[in-house]
Amino acid sequence: MPIAPSAAILDAWHVFSAAAEIGPGPYRSTLLLDTRLDYRRGTNGEVEVRRRDTGAALLVIERYGFAWTSLGSPPDDLFSIPEFYEPDRKNMSCGSLGVNVSAPRAVENFLDMGHFPYVHTGILGEEPHTEVKEYDVEISYERDEILATRCRFYQPRAALSADEGQDVEYIYRVPHPYCSVLYKSCPADESRLDVIGIFCQPMTEETIRAHLLQSMIDDENTITAMRRFQQTIFGQDKPILENQYPKRLPLDPRAETPIRADKSAIAYRRWLSQKGVNYGVIPQAA
Amino acid sequence: MTQTMTDIRHPAWHPIASSEDLPFRHVYHGQLLGQEFAVWRADDGNVNVWENRCLHRGVRLSIGLNEGAELKCQYHGWRYANRSAGCTYIPAHPADAPARRITNRTFPAVESLGLVWSAMGDVTPFAPPLPEGNWMPLRPLPVNARPGAVLAALTAAREAESDVESLPPLGARLVLTGVDGRAAVFFVQPVDSGRAVIRGVVEAESWDDQLSLLRLFNERLSTLRRQVEAEMALEEAPEPLVPVYEPVSLELATMPDLRFGRQAKLRVRVARKWQAGADVTGLELAALEGHLPTFQPGAHLDLFLPNGLIRQYSITNGPGELLSYTVGVKREPDSRGGSVAIADELREGDVVAISEPRNNFPLRRDATRTILIAGGIGITPLLAMAKTLASSRLPFELHVFARSPEHVAFPEALDKLGESVVPHIGLDPAGTAAEIEQLVSGYGFARHLYVCGPGPMLDLVRRRTAEAGWPEEAVHFEYFKNVNEIDLSSTFTVELARSALTLAIPSGKSILEVMRENGVDAPSSCEQGACGTCLTTVLEGIPDHQDVYLNDTERRSNSCMMTCVSRAKSDRLVLDI
Repeated sequence: MPIAPSAAILDAWHVFSAAAEIGPGPYRSTLLLDTRLDYRRGTNGEVEVRRRDTGAALLVIERYGFAWTSLGSPPDDLFSIPEFYEPDRKNMSCGSLGVNVSAPRAVENFLDMGHFPYVHTGILGEEPHTEVKEYDVEISYERDEILATRCRFYQPRAALSADEGQDVEYIYRVPHPYCSVLYKSCPADESRLDVIGIFCQPMTEETIRAHLLQSMIDDENTITAMRRFQQTIFGQDKPILENQYPKRLPLDPRAETPIRADKSAIAYRRWLSQKGVNYGVIPQAA
Repeated sequence: MTQTMTDIRHPAWHPIASSEDLPFRHVYHGQLLGQEFAVWRADDGNVNVWENRCLHRGVRLSIGLNEGAELKCQYHGWRYANRSAGCTYIPAHPADAPARRITNRTFPAVESLGLVWSAMGDVTPFAPPLPEGNWMPLRPLPVNARPGAVLAALTAAREAESDVESLPPLGARLVLTGVDGRAAVFFVQPVDSGRAVIRGVVEAESWDDQLSLLRLFNERLSTLRRQVEAEMALEEAPEPLVPVYEPVSLELATMPDLRFGRQAKLRVRVARKWQAGADVTGLELAALEGHLPTFQPGAHLDLFLPNGLIRQYSITNGPGELLSYTVGVKREPDSRGGSVAIADELREGDVVAISEPRNNFPLRRDATRTILIAGGIGITPLLAMAKTLASSRLPFELHVFARSPEHVAFPEALDKLGESVVPHIGLDPAGTAAEIEQLVSGYGFARHLYVCGPGPMLDLVRRRTAEAGWPEEAVHFEYFKNVNEIDLSSTFTVELARSALTLAIPSGKSILEVMRENGVDAPSSCEQGACGTCLTTVLEGIPDHQDVYLNDTERRSNSCMMTCVSRAKSDRLVLDI
């Protein structure tokens, strides 16, 4: 028997498809929070979504190349990614990938740098350069998001022109319980940052579709090549995520063993607890 | 003959694998009563049965790497030692020893009858269910059915009017129909409430007919499985058992500093005492039962000698060697009584007390090249480091400075490290200086240097590396002892911020002593400012450093001190204790 999501999840916007993949014609179907949805693009060009159980029409917005809906009373708008609208960026969906894991586990993995040398060997990291250097994390109550800054990690091939490894800078944002956005040094333009987002669609507590966004400054590579790169990275994460137990993220600080490198994950778990998130997590015993 | 739920969950030994499932460098995924196991054989033959979950982020250890002496998690490269399941290395923080005692949940393991047996909960010691003999395990057969129903089906499928010998909790010796009258013993492994594995053994008379025997039983048991599963399909499937994830200890979740006094927590037996070099006595200190606690390369222990003295010795073991610790003791002519007591009074078979291992000289494993420089008995911590680097195939060189070939300690261990060991024999001070200058001449990105030896040699290496452009944090050193004259004359006040205590330190007494007199326990080991165990954070005030553990940057920062010898230049110190 699926649990009823608390307001923090019920009233949030949730991604359910790349916008470009929704065409007119027959309804397509997907699952959100254990609820079956049917959707299509109407004749007026607007996306229509309805619940199969009640037939109720749901609100829809299109942001960052994806379509979002809500089973409750959502806020006026989604969190903002202003960089997406810069005219010279290449924006792309890198696919919607099913993973047998909870959304918070996938977000936590996205925030994690320590696994780069082991899971993304030769791309985002390489032994023996395994150190996660000190970084800063804050929970901004005003913006209601987590911000991790001054994150640096040694990457073997940070740029095509690099013949030696170098520290790459990251900034991470968690503006939504199931979404995260990272900003990363841009090889093509030192003054700007590439943007990569993970938006998790919680199908059930323990199964998701991860929708990936890239917003890049890159005149050299094709969209297809950039998509493939991101899919390779995520394809390396998927088997790890599917071997994590328990699949729901435990919010009790004694469930797992944190280290300093996990500061952002510790803040994330605390933030989920404070928001009263109960879906895709094992809440802390009262 | 049906078994109820409470019956199968009653703590008992069950087979969980065949011995053949555990070749070297493999990790086998096992399960008992809903609990998943990572089962692996170390290179020394020991079988480990662990909860199938890395304590860090819950990733299955059965997808990890069996490196022979340690199991390495696939997600963040955490390493867990053979036998103890203690975490020995966290790559995200390569400069830190995992000081907190992170230990995976382990289950007992015994090999008998070609099967691996384990248990959950409190069980009596393992007693073989059958006399040892030429038992051959059959191919294990998984069945999606209640374990009790599987045993009942096996019993019902025996030859008419034949006997059954029951072997609790879920075993039986019987003769199945259709196997040419061959008696077999079947143990039903309760994988979960609705899943089981039939693990049979037969007495193999001749190994020639092994294959036909295996085929015969496999066919018969497969038929049985189809029948049982068809019957089970008519019943409602039982609820799966819910595995228990034990919470990690509070100390791990909240990350406080651990506090130990000088405590002799362990008893060990002197299993071997030998001449390990011209003036070095080797001691192998063996566990009285089971294994010793996890250590990391560079770690030392306190040895409590019969004459009341306490001395520090570095552990020379390689990774995952936890049945005994091997240390080297130099016989000092001007000994304060420790080395003489060991050389003359300690005998093989004696039981002595030691502290748990403590590591203030941690080895980073994120270097592109590691240079180890040993002077005399300084070889001991570096030997453990070299063995660790060699087993992980990380590039290193171990430079051994000694007065003569006979003075090189632990030659057998060094031989096994092959060409990575470079001896420098019989050099005078000028020759040593020239050699060291050459060794440290090429600093490169992500290189690290470790040196242990006599004080003048360490001073020399530290000077020369600084001149050659080595950053201070890439040069790691461990002094044997503090030869500085300790000045205990000053008086000052110490505030302990977390304990909310203010203490007046009189001349003649150390901060550590006064804290202990006031009931504040703090870790310590050498108590002469060499080992680093009593390192304490300074929140306010200017320490008067008298130790040999801190490097110059750390001293100048006024942010940390050794409470066993260092004092205050300011009237007041505020410490984070």
